[in-house]
Amino acid sequence: MDSFELICPAGNPAALRAAVDSGADAVYLGFRDATNARNFPGLNFSRDDLAAGLAYAHARKVEVYVAINTYPQAGNPEPWRRAVDDAARLGADAVILADLGLLDHAARHHPELRLHLSVQASAANAEAIRLYRDAFGVRRVVLPRVLTVPEIARLNAETDVETEVFVFGGLCPMAEGRCSLSSYATGLSPNKQGVCSPASHVRYEPRDGALASRLGDFTINLFAEGEPAGYPTLCKGRFVAGGGAGYLFEEPTSLNAMELLPDLKKAGVRALKIEGRQRSKAYIAAVVGAYRAALDAFAAGRPVPRPDLDAMVEGGAQTTGAYTRAWR
Amino acid sequence: MTSPAASPHLTLGPVLFNWPAERWRDFYARIADEAAVDTVILGEIVCFKRAPFIADALEESVARLLAAGKEVWLASPILVGGDRERAAMRDLVADAPLTVEANDMGALALLDGRRHAVGPFINLYNEATLAWLAGRGAVSVSLPAELPAASVAALAGAGRELGVEVEVQVFGRAPLAISARCYHARAHGLHKDGCQFVCGNDSNGLAVETLDGQSFLTVNGTQTLSHGYLCLTAELERLAAMGVGRFRLSPHDTDMVRVIDAFRGVLDGQRDGADAAAEIRALVDAPVANGFFHDTVGASYVTGAAV
Repeated sequence: MDSFELICPAGNPAALRAAVDSGADAVYLGFRDATNARNFPGLNFSRDDLAAGLAYAHARKVEVYVAINTYPQAGNPEPWRRAVDDAARLGADAVILADLGLLDHAARHHPELRLHLSVQASAANAEAIRLYRDAFGVRRVVLPRVLTVPEIARLNAETDVETEVFVFGGLCPMAEGRCSLSSYATGLSPNKQGVCSPASHVRYEPRDGALASRLGDFTINLFAEGEPAGYPTLCKGRFVAGGGAGYLFEEPTSLNAMELLPDLKKAGVRALKIEGRQRSKAYIAAVVGAYRAALDAFAAGRPVPRPDLDAMVEGGAQTTGAYTRAWR
Repeated sequence: MTSPAASPHLTLGPVLFNWPAERWRDFYARIADEAAVDTVILGEIVCFKRAPFIADALEESVARLLAAGKEVWLASPILVGGDRERAAMRDLVADAPLTVEANDMGALALLDGRRHAVGPFINLYNEATLAWLAGRGAVSVSLPAELPAASVAALAGAGRELGVEVEVQVFGRAPLAISARCYHARAHGLHKDGCQFVCGNDSNGLAVETLDGQSFLTVNGTQTLSHGYLCLTAELERLAAMGVGRFRLSPHDTDMVRVIDAFRGVLDGQRDGADAAAEIRALVDAPVANGFFHDTVGASYVTGAAV
């Protein structure tokens, strides 16, 4: 039985080295523009950074995947095509794509390039996954966070495409790549600009002793004095619906599926993914190191250590998310 | 290159809300008898748990709409993950004597080689994707609500070259997100599996306000919609000039025949778009919005010279 592959985020060259040194099997990253879904100021890789990162990773037998997973703008396909062409030219081990037209471009012009389907394509059933395989030769699909483990198992039984699932980090409660909440409030969206609830539209305002976190013209949360104020990611806010106020969509919590390793293995999952290209190298080293130790123990049949990752998660709270039915 | 549609085409999208079967049946009876729409799209696309309730009314409504001379399509579910959703999707595609509008890539896969439509829940952002979809038999595409005017224009142009009709939603709350989790149930302290169908209490969805009392979003089971109603009456002329030939109205619990008449009046050149927008404002229980089209905050409404 093959071991899980551990797929780790890098938002800059230092994070890439931290991920490689801490036990990643592959690192994923994006270019410094709107072609990737973590298009944040000061983050991501130039072409030269990628070349250097590839050299560092390959020397240590670690792969590098390039995420080009936003949707190319109509009338302006070049930045996205160039990103795919450059990733192929520089020797990336795979590109992670979501857009049908861009997949078509990659399959036609780079038949040797390994294609992974991004979570942003939200392929949640075997029929969809087989279509991406047959049409473009997609070899692996990153599953949207909408499926339970038994659903993932049935899906794997029906296709020969490898599956990769998120096990740690930020958690979208919505099907990824099918969400325009951010653009409704700010005009900027994950699919178009590669941003969600962007910092450029965030303000914190005092309100009668409380603190309001605002996104555009909307209050996403109110914090009492002394209460730690979280970042106003739209779907992690407190709202009023049906008379009650609360975290309507999702609590400020992070995914941690470490306890599900045996179930995910039985379900036929090939690779486990850690979210967080926006995170520091210290965070990457700690989380990747913890997962490396857990996967090594699991592969050797030893008890899986349960490291304390509370300091690493949003709001200090962890969830197994959609993998367990109760989340719904 | 195909010639543009002779006259602008009005499409009524599927009812997104959990209406009782009688309301559903009465709604489509009135549409069949009185509404100046060309195409009517039917089906429960938000939650498979609701589908059995409208099954009988669906069959009856299809027959009535066809008899009234409407083109009738069936829409596939938005999110297809579980076994029951997959079975429903396969049955729909296998049995449909009518054109199917695919809202998920799984349905698109099953429709390969057959004449079909692509719904607004398939991510279509650019010409290359449109060309790929056309190559698989799509005859019509309905664009995602968040696309700005420049993208709509580019896609309408590409659609004309490819012989694919391009549609834009011009009325109704904008669909913003879909989830495996039911927010209607969650707002009532319930679980999706024991939801008691509380979504049926809100015929236009459940209002979501900010903590300081500002209207913001609308929950419809597993779906999240905008609070504001898309209203592009003032943009219809510009859309038509771009080559957009189909205009989608999303049904709400209001006088939809009057809404449809307002849009038809503008498309026929009989009334002014701004004037029709004023009428629409009076018919809905929330502000109107057109910000997505104007490449700004989706919730906003842009007026005047900018339109």
